[in-house]
Amino acid sequence: MTTAWFGAWGKTAGEPLSGGASSFSAWLAQARPDLLPTADRGAPPAPELAPRATTIVALTVADGVIIAGDRRATMGSMIAQRDIQKVFAADEFSAIGVAGSAGLAVDLVKLFRVELEHYEKIEGAPLSLDGKANRLAAMIRGQLPMALQGFVVVPLLVGWDQSSARGRIFSYDATGGCYEETGHHSIGSGSVFARGALKKLYRPGLTTAKGVTVAVQALFDAADDDSATGGPDLARQIFPVVMAVSEHGVCPVEEAAVAKITNQVVAGRQRRPDGPEAKL
Amino acid sequence: MSQPMFYVSPEQQVKDRADFARAGIARGRSVVVSRHRDGILFVAENPSRSLHKVAELYDRIGFAAVGRYNEFESLRIAGVRHADLRGYAYDRRDVTGRMLANAYAQVLGTIFSAVSEKPYEVELAVAEVGEEPQGDQIFRLAFDGSVADEADFCVMGGSAEAIAAALGQGHDPGLPLAKALRLAWTALSADRPQPIGFDALEVALLDRQRRQPRKFRRLTAAAVADLLQPAAEPSRPKAARPRPQPPQ
Repeated sequence: MTTAWFGAWGKTAGEPLSGGASSFSAWLAQARPDLLPTADRGAPPAPELAPRATTIVALTVADGVIIAGDRRATMGSMIAQRDIQKVFAADEFSAIGVAGSAGLAVDLVKLFRVELEHYEKIEGAPLSLDGKANRLAAMIRGQLPMALQGFVVVPLLVGWDQSSARGRIFSYDATGGCYEETGHHSIGSGSVFARGALKKLYRPGLTTAKGVTVAVQALFDAADDDSATGGPDLARQIFPVVMAVSEHGVCPVEEAAVAKITNQVVAGRQRRPDGPEAKL
Repeated sequence: MSQPMFYVSPEQQVKDRADFARAGIARGRSVVVSRHRDGILFVAENPSRSLHKVAELYDRIGFAAVGRYNEFESLRIAGVRHADLRGYAYDRRDVTGRMLANAYAQVLGTIFSAVSEKPYEVELAVAEVGEEPQGDQIFRLAFDGSVADEADFCVMGGSAEAIAAALGQGHDPGLPLAKALRLAWTALSADRPQPIGFDALEVALLDRQRRQPRKFRRLTAAAVADLLQPAAEPSRPKAARPRPQPPQ
């Protein structure tokens, strides 16, 4: 007990002021590497072992930014879970959605959340939104050996930027590349179709309610053409998870509100299955 | 030439070390940790806006300290790391104030009795706000690692006894925030010719009513001044904090 505790304040395990003093994951790698979301790096690739999480969409709106994810996880052609959650609040001003190897992705989100909170507590001030985005990039880069074994995790980060007073979207690749997106973006297996829908439906300055409708429409289109993306499950009442981030912080859009919007979208699709018609 | 060795009895050794630590702590300004209706209130006399004596350890757990800044700051960081590691490895609910108080007691006790190190000149409080008022807990840790479970409040620092006596006269865990803060401020000023200025107070809360899982929040200087305005003045209606609204 005492040894671990001394290590905790850097008395024996190096110096508290060395790099990573305020980074939880850096300290975890030093103190308890067994708890990192990685596996034996010498193991052969076996991506079929893990269920895969699929489509996430994000778009900016007048009050900030919206992020939404479908609820399906698949293993090969089988549905592994119908109501998985892939969109989470990362802290009070940012939210994260993940696609890829589900177990690792959810653990990575958990680690990222502790990372942000840990920094805020140690330093007495939260990270800037760019700081959060860069920190996540470094964590994804740390996962590269896992990605090469087939366990790819790709996040989509959205947040309210206090300094420029607007919502921003950051996308990533498996090597830890971090790219800021303007307007809207989508990741995961159904992202090709979701992006097509977003391109037609998105316009700057949408209200939050309209933004949620656009997100649900895009996820519907993704599920329409990608078997790994789950559409709204009306029989089981399973709807997308949607979060809105504004200057007041992250607010999960209530399930009842998402259900109402989803029902309107589904009703519209019964009249026109391809979705709303875009003006030429 | 080597120093001649003299026999020092263990009693004398412990007494010397305790006197040393007490003298260091007595030089510092004081901190009050007290229960009130909506949680736990931390009030420190601290002219600095950025070198805090009161801090967040975890969702429901706060930390207060007096003494040498570098020593209690390293203890605070160790506490945050310990709590975050526990919460990450197990679950957020598995991090408790009692656990952190025990860990601090171990460390302080080990340092106090290690002959090669000087004892830490610090006194700490670890407080946890419960779901219900009965769940509130305040632990006080002395420089030698001894732990006390305080029922309603604890005072640490230079003139702790005078302040505790003043606080004990009016304290009631059912007090609303403004009254509890006023009482703590009056008590902290007990042995002063002048009351402490509002801007020399560091105030934080473990707020049971906060919606987020993290219950710790600091009060800004303006909020403190607002709460401590003379009671004769009609208090301005407090602006409700904006809350995120789901779209309709």
